[in-house]
Amino acid sequence: MELNAISIGFVVFTVFTLGGALGVVATRNLFQGTIWLMVSLFGVAGYFVLLSAPFLAAVQILVYIGAIAILITFAVMLTRSIALIKARYIRTLPNFIASLTLFLILLLGVTIPIFGPHSPESIPEYVASTRDLGAALVDENGYVLPFLLASVLLTAAMIGAIFIARDETT
Amino acid sequence: MVPLWMYLAVAAALFSIGVFGVLARRNAVAILMSVELMLNAVNINLVAFWRYSETGTDLLLNGYVFTAFVLIVAAAEAAVGLAIIITVYRNRRSVVPEEARALKG
Repeated sequence: MELNAISIGFVVFTVFTLGGALGVVATRNLFQGTIWLMVSLFGVAGYFVLLSAPFLAAVQILVYIGAIAILITFAVMLTRSIALIKARYIRTLPNFIASLTLFLILLLGVTIPIFGPHSPESIPEYVASTRDLGAALVDENGYVLPFLLASVLLTAAMIGAIFIARDETT
Repeated sequence: MVPLWMYLAVAAALFSIGVFGVLARRNAVAILMSVELMLNAVNINLVAFWRYSETGTDLLLNGYVFTAFVLIVAAAEAAVGLAIIITVYRNRRSVVPEEARALKG
């Protein structure tokens, strides 16, 4: 891997992503955990930029950092969970061993098949742009049906969230 | 260029960290945050495979669109999940999943 802007960016975003993720699972204060979650999601958005998917990077920042992380922050504040829980973890050691084993299995499973002759020599020169994505989303031979189903799903989830979280006494 | 397996290795690490959080954390909000980490690991994999695959003459957008739909489902899941957590907290004054067992036979 030669040293250029993309590889430097890859290292930086790896530090962001994995460091933020470790902060999420390790921190005792959940409010700080949401900040770590934002750091990790920002790193993932950086990967999307490196993989020439700028639209997904923008959506990642808008939806995840702008909406989901703020929603989680509200949930942390509404449930006052910081002071109530003494122990962070249950069954720490078996879970840690299980996660480590899963990581090794995943690493071997995803890297062995693409090493050697099956490794992609170079990335394709031409890549689909955001304009192509927008055209495909409303193309009748493309993804218009999943697009509409996603709209229905979002509406149902919104109504369901309001209905579940509604205070029945008021 | 960054080789494909590096993206996959980072995604595997992120997924494993998320699995550890889901299994080991005692707070339901922390579990939901770890689920978000796992979904992001899947998204990295999808976009990386989409970018490195040979598109040929056709424009293949499957990976790109799939990632967008995973984002949508993640948003819906977070909204409904947090609503359930808030309701459980209101009824039982607790966010520990083991203590929410009213449906246990």
